[in-house]
This record gives sequence, C-alpha cells and structure tokens, in this order.
Amino acid sequence: MRISEEHEEFRKKIREFAEKEIEPKAKELDEIGKFSFDNIKKLGEMGILGMVVPKEYGGSGYDTLSYTIAVEEISRVCGSTGITVAAHDSLGVYPIYLFGNEEQKRKYIPDLASGKKLGSFGLTEPDAGSDAAGTKTTAVLDGDHYVINGTKTFITNASVGETFVITAITDKSKGYKGISSFIVEKGMKGFSIGKKENKMGLRGSDTATLIFEDLRLPKENLLGKEGEGFKQFMITLDGGRISIGAMALGIAQGAFDKALKYAKEREQFGKPIANFQAIQWKLADMATQLEAARHLLYHASELKDKGERFIKESAMAKLYASEVGRFVTYQAIQIFGGYGYLSEYPVQRYFRDIKLCEIGEGTSEIQRLVIARELLR
Amino acid sequence: MDFELNEEQRMVKEAAADFAKNTLMPKAEEFDEKEEIPKEIYKELAGLGYMGIMLPEEFGGSNFDFISYILVMEEFAKACAGLQIALSVHNSLVCEAILKFGTPDQKKKHLPSLARGEKIGAYSLTEPGSGTDAGSLRTTAVPKDDFYMLNGTKAFVTNGGIADLFVVFVLTNPELKSKGISCLLVEKGTEGFSIGAKEKKMGMRGSDTRQLSFSDCKIPKENLLGKENGGFKIALILLDPSRITVGAQSIGIAQAAFEDALKYSKERVQFGRPICNFQAIAFKLADMATEIDAAKLLIYRAAYIQNQGIRCTQEAAMAKLYASEVANRVVNEAVQIHGGYGYMKEYPVERYFRDARVTEIYEGTSEAQRIVISRQLLKE
Repeated sequence: MRISEEHEEFRKKIREFAEKEIEPKAKELDEIGKFSFDNIKKLGEMGILGMVVPKEYGGSGYDTLSYTIAVEEISRVCGSTGITVAAHDSLGVYPIYLFGNEEQKRKYIPDLASGKKLGSFGLTEPDAGSDAAGTKTTAVLDGDHYVINGTKTFITNASVGETFVITAITDKSKGYKGISSFIVEKGMKGFSIGKKENKMGLRGSDTATLIFEDLRLPKENLLGKEGEGFKQFMITLDGGRISIGAMALGIAQGAFDKALKYAKEREQFGKPIANFQAIQWKLADMATQLEAARHLLYHASELKDKGERFIKESAMAKLYASEVGRFVTYQAIQIFGGYGYLSEYPVQRYFRDIKLCEIGEGTSEIQRLVIARELLR
Repeated sequence: MDFELNEEQRMVKEAAADFAKNTLMPKAEEFDEKEEIPKEIYKELAGLGYMGIMLPEEFGGSNFDFISYILVMEEFAKACAGLQIALSVHNSLVCEAILKFGTPDQKKKHLPSLARGEKIGAYSLTEPGSGTDAGSLRTTAVPKDDFYMLNGTKAFVTNGGIADLFVVFVLTNPELKSKGISCLLVEKGTEGFSIGAKEKKMGMRGSDTRQLSFSDCKIPKENLLGKENGGFKIALILLDPSRITVGAQSIGIAQAAFEDALKYSKERVQFGRPICNFQAIAFKLADMATEIDAAKLLIYRAAYIQNQGIRCTQEAAMAKLYASEVANRVVNEAVQIHGGYGYMKEYPVERYFRDARVTEIYEGTSEAQRIVISRQLLKE
C-alpha cells in the first residue's frame, strides 16, 4: 500500500520536529531517568496530544494513520517520548472521547489535547496482567459516591498524569461484566502515587503505581455505564496496540537508519563492512521486516479509520512490529560491534527501549491469543 | 564417551557454586547499579584460589584443570557476570599468557602476585579501528636500544581501570602486518601510558572497561612476551580457551535466567492457574532448557579437548557462537515470562538480559566466529 501525499507531508513535518526538538535530549532523559515536561509542551503545540479527537473538543482531528505515523516518527528518535504520547493519546484521552458523556468530554479533553494535562490509564494490577479481567480493585456505591480501593501497577504517566481512566469492579457476582471504568483526577483524597519504577528502558517515561485507599469518587465520574468497563478497555486496547506497534516500528527504524550509516562508514579488512555479504544480508532482512511491519500497521490503521473490524489486524501489527523490532535493534547492535554496547552510542538504548513493546498493552502471548481467537471465531 | 566430572572437578564446581550464590549473588545488583566492583573482593577471591585458578602451585596457584576452570566461570556467571568476566580476563588471558609464553623471570616476577590478588591483570588486543579485523593493529612499538617506544590507542579493555599489569599487543614491524605483532607486558604507572575514562555500558556494568593510550611510552625489552613479531600467534592460541570461557559465561547467564523464569512461571497465577500450565509458556521452557543443554555440551566438548592441550579452534568457535546466541534467546524469553516485572530492575532477569547481549560481541563477534568456522570447513 502507498500512503497519500498528505500523509507523507505530515511525516516529513513530524520527522523534522522530532529530530530537532526531541532527539537531542533523548540520551540524557534515558541516562538520568528523567521525564521531560518541555517535550510535552512542544508536543501539545504540534497538536500531537489529542490527535484523533475532533477539533470541537480541542483535538486535532487527524485520522489514525496520521497518528500511527506521528508515534512512529517520535519513537524513531526517542522511545520514551513515543510511549508517553501513545499512553496519553490512545489510553488517556481516547476512552474519554469514545465513552464519555458530553459533559465529561468538554470537561477533560481540551486540557488533555493541549498538553496542559497529561492522561493516563490504570488497568493492570499486580495480579492482573495478561488476565486483565482478574482485576481486584473495587468501587462500591455509597450515596452519590463510589468508594474505590485497590492498586494499579506499571502505569505509564502515573506520576506526571493528572487525568486517569481506571477500571474497578462494581459487581463481583457478574465476573468481567461487573467491571466499570472511572475518571479519576490527580490530588483527590484517597488517591496516591507509588514510587517510580526503575526500568531497563524507556527510562525517560514515567511508570509508577496508582494507589486507591477509600477514594470517594463522585458518581458522575463513572465512564459510560456500570458493567461496561471490560468492553471499553478491550476497545481501547485494540486502538492502543496500533500505537505500541507504531512505537516499535519507529524505534526499530531509528536503529536501522543508524546501523546502515555505520555499516557504510566502518572499515575492517580494508573496506566498509557494508561490503561484506554477512552485513548486507542482515541489512536486507532488517529492511524487509520493517517494511512488512509498516504495512501491517498502516493497514490496521486504515481499517480503523474506515470503521471496519480491526481486532486481528491490530494484534498482528503489534505482535509483528515488536518482534521484528527486537530483531532489528539486536542486529543494529551487532553491526556496531563493541561500540553498540556502549552508552555513548544510541543503539543500545533502542534495544532496551523496544523490549517493552513485546510486553506492554498485551504481551506477545496475549496478541497470539487475540489473533487465534479471531481466527477461530 | 564419558559425561561424568571427576571428583576434583565436582568439588571445585560445588565450592564455586556455593561462593557464587552466597557471596556474589547478593552483591550483583549493586555492582551493576554503581558500575563498580570494590577492589577488596579480589583479595577475597585470591584467598580462595580464584585469582590463579590454573596456575601451578609453585606460583601460588590452585592448579585446577581447564574443565574445572570452565565450571567455576559458569557458576560465577550465574551470579554475577560482571565480576566473572573480570576474573576470566585475569585468569585465562593474563595468567595463562605469562605461564605459557613468559620467561622464567617473567613468571617469577608476576605470577605469584597475580595469584595473590595483589595484582590484577588486563588484556588488550582490540583498537578503535581494529575489532573483528584483529590483524590490523595500529599501535606501534618501535624497537630502540633496550626498549620499545609505544604509540597508539587500545579500546574496550576489560579491567582497564583496576589492573596493574597489562598484556598488550602492538606492531613491532608494520610491514609484516599481522606477522609483525608482538606481545608486551606493560605495568600501570609507566610514563607515557594513560588510562581513559570508564566506559558506560548497557550491561556487564560491574566490570571496568577503558581505553588505553600510549604516547612515547618506553617499555623495556625484557617485557616482551614470547618472540618479537610472534604476538599474533599468542593471541590466537589464547583466543580458543577464552572463547570457551565466554561460552561458559553465556550458559551461566542463560541458566540463571532460565531458573528464575521456571520458578516464576510456577508461582505466577493468571486466569486462575500458574502460567506454567499454559502450553505457550511450557513450550518456551522446553525450548530454553533444550538449547541450554545443547550449548553446555558444545562447551564441555571444547573444554575437554582444550584440557588435553589440543588446539580446538573450530570447537571453541562453535561453542561460543552457539552458547551466546542461546543465551540471548533464553534471557529474552525469561523477561517475556516475567511480563512487566521482567522489565524492572527489581528482578535479576532485567540484568541478565543486558549482560547477555555482549556475549555475541566480545572475544570475536558471532560474525567472526562464523568466519573461523567456515574457513575451517572450507579448508578441509
């Protein structure tokens, strides 16, 4: 498939922005494990923080394909910024847009889309990872409030976010149909953030625990209806997977571009190593797999834009992009040899960053489960 | 065929496993985080005989055979690969170089203090422009009167910042290319010899990696190891056991990651049962265990040949290549089985994942191993 000229123009614009504004800071953010609010401000100005939300709610009204391209290009220079955007747009903002009532949309989305506030999504729990329906957090109705208790773990944007979509059980007897979603705001009494996680990669992104201890949440913060939580997060994740795939694709493309350049420059045995067949074949495999991943992702994005079923395609795209992405970053280090193992060179950061793409928003095992379920449906 | 270890080998393995588990393992996370291993630990290691593992008793060594050495390295790598690599360079590259190629005086001067841990050894072949193409060194050593005048830069030197004695490969006759390489013993503090800043690495962060530079550095001729222009041969001879060592390191890391993953998969409950009860996870475990076993057999075969004093270039290259690739597959799956927890520094698999990556790079990249293996195949 070929993408339109408008999309190519858009890619150019984002690439320029990313290389100029995001890339120079990427190494430092990784090394000191620091979150950049400055990046957020700039991303907000670029219209990247509410990309697919219509303009009437303060969004940018882009299609999914543009969003995929944006996450890809940002991740190409900085995976940490890539996941921050992916978590904010796909998981923080999008469910409010999809499932929120008019009042909720007007209240929350404009600040999120402008970058004034960051969004976050609390689904995973210490004992509910792949088994996301195994959630233990409870929300008990008490007058005009829900009383929420529980813990959410590995939450991207947890300590920097201000608006959270979370899931909790409102009716245990109904199993997964007893799960509901809520909008929680930073600073509410009974809601606190645990310590920041020390991660292998994506160290410039923020990951922490959300802790609810008798949080009294106004009834109007229920998202949609009671019992719709499971369905809502499944739909949210279908879209979110495209963004994690885009992130993997971008990181891998970044590593590939650097490896290709290095292979042409590095000389051993009196010639550039790119002249050796062993290196050429690596480059050929890397490029081929990247191209295939890109097609899967753009295809899934298009299906979503057309309103067609894209569950299988988004799972395939995420699964494939993250697996070939690891292969590509792995080979990029190999091409760099010893230099690839040093912090001075970015390929090792790409390799550490991309590993999360096989874990977050459904492990590869879960993607295979989703795909198989769709095939056998 | 005999797959059994002898009594001594078994005892050495058990003692190393105990020490690794009780002393090294609890500190490994800290070594990694601080990017440093306190020097005192080398004294402790010396006291237990690990600083002169294969050296004869007359030099204060433990006089263990090569198979025992490999078993020690495997056990240590399970606990802390960063320390183990430091130790392996000291033992199988520096002590062995002097033992095999040193003069009686050189042996007497250096081996006892190396075995006592008073001196730490480093080994330096690679240069910024000479990696896989190891024969293309540019560091020169011009013979003059009773010394060599050294100029040039060496890269990726393990133990660079903590070593007292360096085995350094230099060009004594540039016209002869790889046949003009010599091996010199260089002591820390020699005028004109400087040590660069510690490299920041993705993994093996406890180990100390540096650049070395020589600027009109005079090294006495008596520090020549072996013959002038005979250095490349020394490098090649040392490379075989060293590759087997990296293979042992690879399976050590892989074994540790596998054991953690196996344990975790039995404890972690999702969808109402331990995740090891799912075929997707059980089959992963089966593959990991099978590959580790295959890699171990290749390594032990190479070690068995090396132990008899027979060259095993082909076997060592195969063992190193396969074990390092297996290690990287295994650590990847171990992280995968741990899910989100595997990505957090709280869990050792995160470190294993980073540490394993370099096994496919140093002591010859996988590409270099394939060059060696294919060349041997085509020679026959």
